[in-house]
Amino acid sequence: MSLDNQSVQGWGFVTPALLWTVAFFVVPFIVMGAMSLATLEGRTLIWGVSLANYAEIAEKAYIWRAFLVSLEITVTVTVVAVILAYPLAWIIAFRVPPEWQRLALLLAVLPFWTSYVVRSYAWLLVLAREGMVNQAMMGIGLISEPVTLANTRFATVTGFVHFFVMLLTLTIYANLIQLSPNYRRAAMDLGASAFQTFRHVILPLTLPGVVTGAFLTFVLCIGDYVTPQILGGNSELTVPQVIMVQLGRRADFPLASALAIALMCIVTLAYILSARWLRLDRL
Amino acid sequence: MTRLSVLFLTTSALGVTANAALAEGELNALVWCDHTDPALIEPFEAEHNVKVNLREYEGTGAALALLEQSRPGDWDVLVIDGIDVFRAVEANMLAPLDTSDLPVGDFFPEVVMEENNTIDGVTYAVTEKFGYNTISYNSAKVDEADMQSLSTVWSEKYTGRISIYDYYLPVMGLAAIAGDIATAEIGADDLPTIGETLSTVRSRAASVAGVVAAQTALATGEVDIVVGGGEWLTAVLAEEQPELTWTIPEEGAVRWAQSIGIVEGSENPDLAQEFIKYIVSPEGQARLATSSCFWGMPANSKAGDVLTDAQKDVLRWDSQPDYLALTQLYPAPDTDLDIEMQDLWLEMLQQ
Repeated sequence: MSLDNQSVQGWGFVTPALLWTVAFFVVPFIVMGAMSLATLEGRTLIWGVSLANYAEIAEKAYIWRAFLVSLEITVTVTVVAVILAYPLAWIIAFRVPPEWQRLALLLAVLPFWTSYVVRSYAWLLVLAREGMVNQAMMGIGLISEPVTLANTRFATVTGFVHFFVMLLTLTIYANLIQLSPNYRRAAMDLGASAFQTFRHVILPLTLPGVVTGAFLTFVLCIGDYVTPQILGGNSELTVPQVIMVQLGRRADFPLASALAIALMCIVTLAYILSARWLRLDRL
Repeated sequence: MTRLSVLFLTTSALGVTANAALAEGELNALVWCDHTDPALIEPFEAEHNVKVNLREYEGTGAALALLEQSRPGDWDVLVIDGIDVFRAVEANMLAPLDTSDLPVGDFFPEVVMEENNTIDGVTYAVTEKFGYNTISYNSAKVDEADMQSLSTVWSEKYTGRISIYDYYLPVMGLAAIAGDIATAEIGADDLPTIGETLSTVRSRAASVAGVVAAQTALATGEVDIVVGGGEWLTAVLAEEQPELTWTIPEEGAVRWAQSIGIVEGSENPDLAQEFIKYIVSPEGQARLATSSCFWGMPANSKAGDVLTDAQKDVLRWDSQPDYLALTQLYPAPDTDLDIEMQDLWLEMLQQ
């Protein structure tokens, strides 16, 4: 086969994905960028190059607060989910017998099988004042009166963490399982303690999987509308919620687009910061 | 091609043919969720041998954007917030409506709302359903006497036991009424007063919730009061939890209304007219009023002949003359005021 033929064959494989990316990412992104520079006068969309929407974002305190809230929630969720997912992935990879690992993974991702919205409403019931958590805490005498858990940031973070621990467990497990047991044996033979082996050998080698999962968690969490809307009770607004308000009644697509572009800048920044360790091929 | 593929394609083709044979036409309607109840739609489909395709939406902006992005003829019927009919007409989305064969004369006079549905002498829509954004509460958990005044509803006594309905227009309308400001006369100068009341309500509230979340909060005991609630919130829960009820306080409350019209450029205007005729008929009105998504008062008073006594009890049928006199249509701001009101609402949410 000549090089040209190989090249043609290569393009044949790549073209569908390329077309897909252009049609469903590049073009919509360009449209959204252009829309963010347009303005809305009454119901009339005025195309042009105006920074009015970005100026509005800079001026309005509640929008700034929404960005801050989104970042705080996202960082909290990412950190907590990593802390919970790592030991879970470790147990599945090294403590569960190989023949049971598939079942363990299946059980770990089982909650994925239910609808995201239904799962969020289920959490709302679990965290309600008369819900399971309050009843249990009162039953064991931890509290005498029900405490408010639903419709708070705690509820939003809980809903997110439940979802993303599953995702992170998969990415970290995929990394751990590729690790040769010889690394651990060699470290132990050289006198390293279990903690030292983990700290200096296992963790650095599994960092790409952790960062990849954490980055996905960050991206999905900061752009999510459903969980904060259902579980947060509007106790505070995240950026996707502010975007939805712009669209709901006034259909202010220009301002909504500017907000989405600003959100995308944050995600890009997160990508740049994590790029050193990011290995999407580990997924 | 495998046998399975052939079987699948044959079955699909038969299915399409069967559907085509069953329904002689299709009607595409952009609606609120109460129209998606099969109990409402199926009788019309059976009577006219047609298929009604329904698309739910939330927020007039979303509906208008959808219509703008559609081709002429894609949609036949539009259900829209009564105060926003003018926006759809301005955007050339609604066609003139022939009301000569519609029972508008049987409507409750207060909800005919010609000032909303008729523009420059041309009628574009008719009111189909209305209700109240007022106070829903758990009668077993609160002092019912406190629910008779807005000031005691959001008093310190109920801190942490209140949920606010997550839609700025009716709730700001209620705040205006509490400050003795007529909802139709709200101006930019009134926003500081309204904002002050909103801040007070917010400081007492445990959540600001949409329809399902507010229902869940009330039903599970998470909160005992929903500011901005009404029959549409508690009626579907009444059978299982009769203690969940609603009232209109002495200061009054806000009235909502939804209208229905034919989309400009509809390819099935006659069928669309028939659909509207069915929806505003006593039978259609009774079914729409008791839709599984949310209940509300029918615009046509003759629906009372079809509704059961129990249903009328839940809707407070006999109290309607008093309620209509005591309530005001919720604010219909122009674009600039709308932006200011929305900003004020979002600032309140971020407190």
